[in-house]
Amino acid sequence: MVSTDETRQARFDELIDADDRIEPRDWMPDEYRKTLVRQIAQHAHSEIIGMQPEGNWLTRAPSLRRKAILTAKVQDEAGHGLYLYGAAETLGTPREELLDRLHTGRQKYSSIFNYPTLTWADVGAIGWLVDGAAIMNQVPLCRCSYGPYARAMVRICKEESFHQRQGFQIMLDLANGTPAQHEMAQAALDRWWWPSIMMFGPPDAESVHGDQNMRWGIKRFGNDELRQKFIDATVPQADLLDLTIPDPELRLDESTGHYVHGPIDWDHFWDVVKGNGPCNRSRIDTRVGAHERGAWVREAATAYADKQAARTAEAAA
Amino acid sequence: MTGSTSDWPLWEVFVRAKRGVSHVHAGTVHAPDAELALQNARDLFTRRSEGVSLWVVKSSEITASDPDDRDAFFDPAADKTFRHPTDFELPDEVANM
Repeated sequence: MVSTDETRQARFDELIDADDRIEPRDWMPDEYRKTLVRQIAQHAHSEIIGMQPEGNWLTRAPSLRRKAILTAKVQDEAGHGLYLYGAAETLGTPREELLDRLHTGRQKYSSIFNYPTLTWADVGAIGWLVDGAAIMNQVPLCRCSYGPYARAMVRICKEESFHQRQGFQIMLDLANGTPAQHEMAQAALDRWWWPSIMMFGPPDAESVHGDQNMRWGIKRFGNDELRQKFIDATVPQADLLDLTIPDPELRLDESTGHYVHGPIDWDHFWDVVKGNGPCNRSRIDTRVGAHERGAWVREAATAYADKQAARTAEAAA
Repeated sequence: MTGSTSDWPLWEVFVRAKRGVSHVHAGTVHAPDAELALQNARDLFTRRSEGVSLWVVKSSEITASDPDDRDAFFDPAADKTFRHPTDFELPDEVANM
């Protein structure tokens, strides 16, 4: 039987309805493919750009142990980016093209990475809050309808747990340290709190692709729902650190058991998305620079492989 | 030469048990080309509904690590216990992290 677009579409819908997985060789609607490439690539770009704020502290971490841990974490970010580029490539978009879209600004990365890390406490706050928010977002993606993405997310989530805990431990040490250290931890929380809760994206009412992505099993929960889960989990942790969340309107609603938060400055969020955050320009410049300065490594690897192949051919002749 | 199976290349067979999980190595078959390797692999490894997808890869196309290099290759991971979340002790009050 020759499959027509209609029967293919019906088969695809059937798989989605059954909460089954779509694999690379399956037929899929163009829009599904495009949406996934966009989302997975943006996710990959975020991991790669995400190495920069923390990379800034690799040489200045306060102990050898902290240096080793931070190095391991930054390596993980690179690895996450690579798992994800690999998953995006199964959809038929070459990696060169994805990198090019990042370098020329045609594809974005998470706006959270456009903020600077001013003190060591920022490294702790990133692990605790930014990676904490990332986990909240990413755990449901382990059940994404696209198989290669879901499997990459399983690996990533396992590693993120280390990231969040090392960050919380940094905050714990600082919060229980000298008054100056406690103050440093508080200042980092003040800087990272609002950007972290913006990581879940705009309110569902304003989210453009939300419904379609939910229907396709790319997305499992709404932005607001995940944001609420994150806030509910994080506020008691801040209490434990004896730190104050910079939201004067934050309060526990006894009737629902959820925390109610004050208004989020979405104008600021969109401004950073548009490229006007504190570090947007330098993040891309650094990335493009690393890619260009790394060209000789790629060339050397290719030259070495060619030489080995020539030697093997010579030996066989 | 014709009809001699001894010249047929060896193929590594990978089976995906169900949608959503990875292909896992199942074994090898001999076959003169990829198409027939796929047929042989189906006959040999999926007679009892073991899978929904098959991959065959020429064995000669696989580059494996040398068992003698095992220590140099894999040991450095052993002394980095901090890569595991359990290496970080948190107060009991932090329930899930």
